[in-house]
Amino acid sequence: MLIKKKQGLLQPYYLLEIISGLWITLRKMLFDKKVTIQFPEERRVYSDRYRGMHYIKAVNGVENCTACMLCPTVCPAECIHIEAGERSDKEKYPIKFEIDVLRCCFCGMCEEACPKDAIKLSSIYEMSQADRTVFDKGFLLDQRGNK
Amino acid sequence: MEVFDWGVLAIKLGFLLVLLLQIPPIMVWVERRGSALMQNRLGPNRFGPLGLLQSLADAIKFIFKEDRPPGMVNTFYWYLAPLISVIPAFMVFAAMPFASNLTLPSGQVVHLQLADLDVGVLYIFAIGSLGVYSIIMAGWSSNSKYALFGSLRSSNQMISYELSLGLSIIGILMSFSSLKIQDIVMAQAQPLMQLGPVVIPKYGIFIQPLGFLVFLVAVFAETNRLPFDLPEGESEIVAGFHLEFGAMKFALFFLAEYVNMTMACCMIVSLYFGGWQLLPGLPGLIGASGLTGFPLEALRVGLEFASFMTKVAFFLWFFVWVRWTLPRFRFDQLMNLGWKVMFPLALLNVALTAFLIYRGMF
Repeated sequence: MLIKKKQGLLQPYYLLEIISGLWITLRKMLFDKKVTIQFPEERRVYSDRYRGMHYIKAVNGVENCTACMLCPTVCPAECIHIEAGERSDKEKYPIKFEIDVLRCCFCGMCEEACPKDAIKLSSIYEMSQADRTVFDKGFLLDQRGNK
Repeated sequence: MEVFDWGVLAIKLGFLLVLLLQIPPIMVWVERRGSALMQNRLGPNRFGPLGLLQSLADAIKFIFKEDRPPGMVNTFYWYLAPLISVIPAFMVFAAMPFASNLTLPSGQVVHLQLADLDVGVLYIFAIGSLGVYSIIMAGWSSNSKYALFGSLRSSNQMISYELSLGLSIIGILMSFSSLKIQDIVMAQAQPLMQLGPVVIPKYGIFIQPLGFLVFLVAVFAETNRLPFDLPEGESEIVAGFHLEFGAMKFALFFLAEYVNMTMACCMIVSLYFGGWQLLPGLPGLIGASGLTGFPLEALRVGLEFASFMTKVAFFLWFFVWVRWTLPRFRFDQLMNLGWKVMFPLALLNVALTAFLIYRGMF
């Protein structure tokens, strides 16, 4: 639909409009609150359900994982690699637990599938690396997310 | 010329060159921070106080970047174009007075101007319009459609607006009846009228408001700044005439743009805002003595230079301010404005000024 706006008497001559436009930008510059988040010092707050970096939950220094292989099975990106082993007390545990984060699509299915509440996604989202890092077990155990 | 003159000339040249080379980095910073603040962002604020050294980092990047010509360019003109854009941009400053004359105790007079030309205004316009050649060269030699379109638009625009630019200052030249910029600036010190306690000086803007308006708009078009930056229309022709240039060659075009902008501001200030005449309030501050005699006169010259630079800085900021306020014109709108509005207005201004001078108004 064509909407015809009523023009003021001086509007076709632009000049006053330009001056009022200049005033708008000046006002924005001087008085408006700036929206920039200055990253390393300030951080965006995400919800608690945000799916960020993985970590393995540990109780008394022993990881919860029993290498049941549910998470590599359910993982759509096939980025979890587990090699199972046996502890001296006949408990099954992962010898290797690696996540190729470059492949991970952060769907959170591993977290949902895990019966032991071992693999979890934290809300850490800064995961840039200088090389193609595969997160191994030691690293994943180190990462206690803020969740 | 004596040794003294050569020495003074060398000092002035060096000072001017250093001054002019400082303006583009600072203006780039002003532009980036200013635009950011107007858009509710912060802009570069990390490197150096308030991010001021960001331009330095950019300059280092420009210098050390690989600079190789694309295939199929016309090499000779491709290398020549950035030089042609920079050299006239710096040359025009030779005729610009930065302060009044300084008399040394030995009786020698130092002009705060490289060359006090009798045809100063003409010289500036003649050399300033050489910049269009660099744009045509850059566009043609790049062997790229975008660059060619950009240079076509740019030359079209610059030549169209040069008419109104030239005509708009004729009023000023008629009312001050001189082509010497120093004379024009001096003449602007005379009082125009008395409003209560305030003396309104005979600044160009008060006797030529219409001319000033036309000049301002035309100068924006001449320097390819934003309401008229069709040569660089990013959405249509990527980057326009300097599309194929990288590293320091691109930086030279950039440098030329900002130096041209500085020149435009210097012209606005010299012709319409009293040039190096002291800022309002300063004459009252330094008293009726006028600061004569050598050491005091140096102080006066310094104040005049500071006044000039303050006015120029305001207009440089005004350029940035307008750039981030107004959207770009369409090409036909640009041509309509140039030929159907600016050109007749400039002619009208000339006729009006001639009439008023004939009636003895100025």
